[in-house]
Amino acid sequence: MNYKISLTVNGRAYEREVEPRLLLSDFLRHDLALTGTHVGCEHGVCGACTILFDGEPVRSCILLAVQADGHALTTVEALAPSAGELHPLQQAFWECHGLQCGFCTPGFLMTLVPFLEENPDPSEAEIRQAISGNLCRCTGYQHIVDAVKLAAERRRQAAVE
Amino acid sequence: MKPAPFEYQAPASLEAALDALARHGGDAKLLAGGQSLIPVMNFRLAEPALLIDINKLAELDFIRRDEEGHLRIGAMVRQRRLERDPLVAGMAPLLHEAVPFIAHPQIRNRGTFGGSLAHADPAAELPALAVALGARFRLRRAGGDRWVAAEEFFAGLFATALEPDEMLVEAAIPPSPARTGWAFLEVARRHGDYAQVGVAARVTLDDSGRCREARLVYLSVGDAPVIAREAARLLAGQELSPEAIAAAAEKAAGDEMDPLGDIHATPEFKRHLARVLTRRVLQKAGERARSGANLS
Repeated sequence: MNYKISLTVNGRAYEREVEPRLLLSDFLRHDLALTGTHVGCEHGVCGACTILFDGEPVRSCILLAVQADGHALTTVEALAPSAGELHPLQQAFWECHGLQCGFCTPGFLMTLVPFLEENPDPSEAEIRQAISGNLCRCTGYQHIVDAVKLAAERRRQAAVE
Repeated sequence: MKPAPFEYQAPASLEAALDALARHGGDAKLLAGGQSLIPVMNFRLAEPALLIDINKLAELDFIRRDEEGHLRIGAMVRQRRLERDPLVAGMAPLLHEAVPFIAHPQIRNRGTFGGSLAHADPAAELPALAVALGARFRLRRAGGDRWVAAEEFFAGLFATALEPDEMLVEAAIPPSPARTGWAFLEVARRHGDYAQVGVAARVTLDDSGRCREARLVYLSVGDAPVIAREAARLLAGQELSPEAIAAAAEKAAGDEMDPLGDIHATPEFKRHLARVLTRRVLQKAGERARSGANLS
């Protein structure tokens, strides 16, 4: 039996009918065509599918689409302010080579955007702990950590100005 | 990996959820945070016929102090809230210290207090913490309830005292006596991974500064939380000297646990970790008990 759900994704309202067993990650990708959310392990280990659920980072592959009924989601598609401009954290990832293949990147970004809001001046240890739930097989994490430091620094500067 | 088909209900009240459990019992699974349940369903290690989603039960999302001074925590409190809650930090500082060790923020944002207890993973932090804190759990069924001590609740590997028609709805944590110190430590290969060994300690001192009561509870060294009773007995009446602490750690890591090895840790290595962590938590708990840092 299908269930009707109403939710908001990146500020836009949607109504859809879904099978209860449909994973939220698949709902975003297949039903809403928001393919920025990537699916890696599908059992809550790799973090690639991280999105914001009512503003808090969660793993969309271990949530059901029916559970999003009445909630507000944010995916990586919402980060860049325009087609020609990156979010400051995306910009820092690009400049610091915080990605190679890019598969894990949406999950890292959606983990780190709320992290930097909560902790605008993180230590390296805090950054490494914050990304401990996201796997990257290309970068060895060093450049990701550099990118977070750069983004945090620019964010603080912008706040001062 | 996708779950097998199932029926889904999201009752709006606890009564309706308990009625559904009474009707479907063994064929149904309660969906709380789903951070363990959905993965095993994705693997098809679990194929429940019915999921009863209890996320709409706001009545199970509370943290309060009751008339007797016990800390009451509802089953649907997210682990992230537990981590940030000032009442928990004040009344159960052991819990406050240990919750950040549970998985990752993405998991703690969804994972619930009651869900982790009912799942009874021997590598999970909350079952061992509940036992260390002397918590009691309220189990409800349609038309009745009962209270079970955490120590008696955990029956083995993913096994608890819960009957198929029962739901763990809340926990009560008694206030700590004066001059009680606490500490939690675990070793994992990466922050947030399942711990190879973890230990929660509570120590209460008497007026002369000797140990009146100690409690040591371990995770990941057995099929349920492991209490080192003999080690605690060795400490009773003693000053918490390095020698007394070392003797207790030796006892706890010796015949009081029987850890299974895995690909990352042999049983001997786990015992070694248990010995070292026990010394550290007892030292820390002793310092905190002496300094009167425990305000509750």
